[in-house]
Amino acid sequence: MNEIPLTHILFLSTALFFIGMYGLFTRRNLITMLMSIELMLNSVNINFVAFNKYLFPDKLDGLFFSLFIITIAAAEAAVAIAIIINLYRSHQSIDVDDATEMKF
Amino acid sequence: MNTSTIIFYTIAVLILGAALLAVTTLKIFRSAIWLLFSLVGIAALYFWMQVEFIAAIQIVVYVGGIVILIIFSIFLTQQSGKEMAKPTASKIIFSALAAILGTAFTYNLINHYGFNSVSAQPFNTNVSEIGTQMLSTTAHGFILPFEVVSMLLLAAMVGCIVIAMKPNTGTIVHLNKKED
Repeated sequence: MNEIPLTHILFLSTALFFIGMYGLFTRRNLITMLMSIELMLNSVNINFVAFNKYLFPDKLDGLFFSLFIITIAAAEAAVAIAIIINLYRSHQSIDVDDATEMKF
Repeated sequence: MNTSTIIFYTIAVLILGAALLAVTTLKIFRSAIWLLFSLVGIAALYFWMQVEFIAAIQIVVYVGGIVILIIFSIFLTQQSGKEMAKPTASKIIFSALAAILGTAFTYNLINHYGFNSVSAQPFNTNVSEIGTQMLSTTAHGFILPFEVVSMLLLAAMVGCIVIAMKPNTGTIVHLNKKED
């Protein structure tokens, strides 16, 4: 268990965060952009739990932070999908390049 | 190289490979399924770190909730078998460059700092411990964020219904008539 240092878990979450960032930059579809955001939120959760386990094992604060992040991510995904469905009704498309009314 | 180490690297490869495929595949339904695999891998990582409660929450909320929601919205908004447009080459190159440079920078930072872990204390993550601390009103309790987050969930639920509701009320009147 303790053979894996904390840094390796941090490398994993860093790579996951930047994979999510790559997806957010390259995708033009709102649903896939939402998926990339979920990946980034998950990498943050891994960091919180790993720091709590390795550096402060006598406390539980990291676990609570990841619990609240999971809750807020669920609410955020639900609102985002409601907005996506509404956008699809008015534009017949969920591509960000097609919703340009407010673009300067 | 014992079993625990091998399991960790296997889980890491699963998470990163599924995440990479989720952001690069051109079919949106496959992308959702790869996201599902990545989230299951993260739950496995929590099991490996022996925080079973977070792992269970991860499976229930992400795998059972958010991914299902995403798949339903894919069905509602577009043809799932159709391929999406490929991003332009310059966009791929610059995004990959930004991601790789960011990863390298953070890797360097973490490697320099080191994080020597202090204690070999056992990590007590009983569900009873978590529940007691979450609802306690003392200095280290989390009752206030708990209540605030419940208000947030209620507001999100009402907001979703209002946003996604159809503007005309004709169907509702029709249904009511049918019941009579």
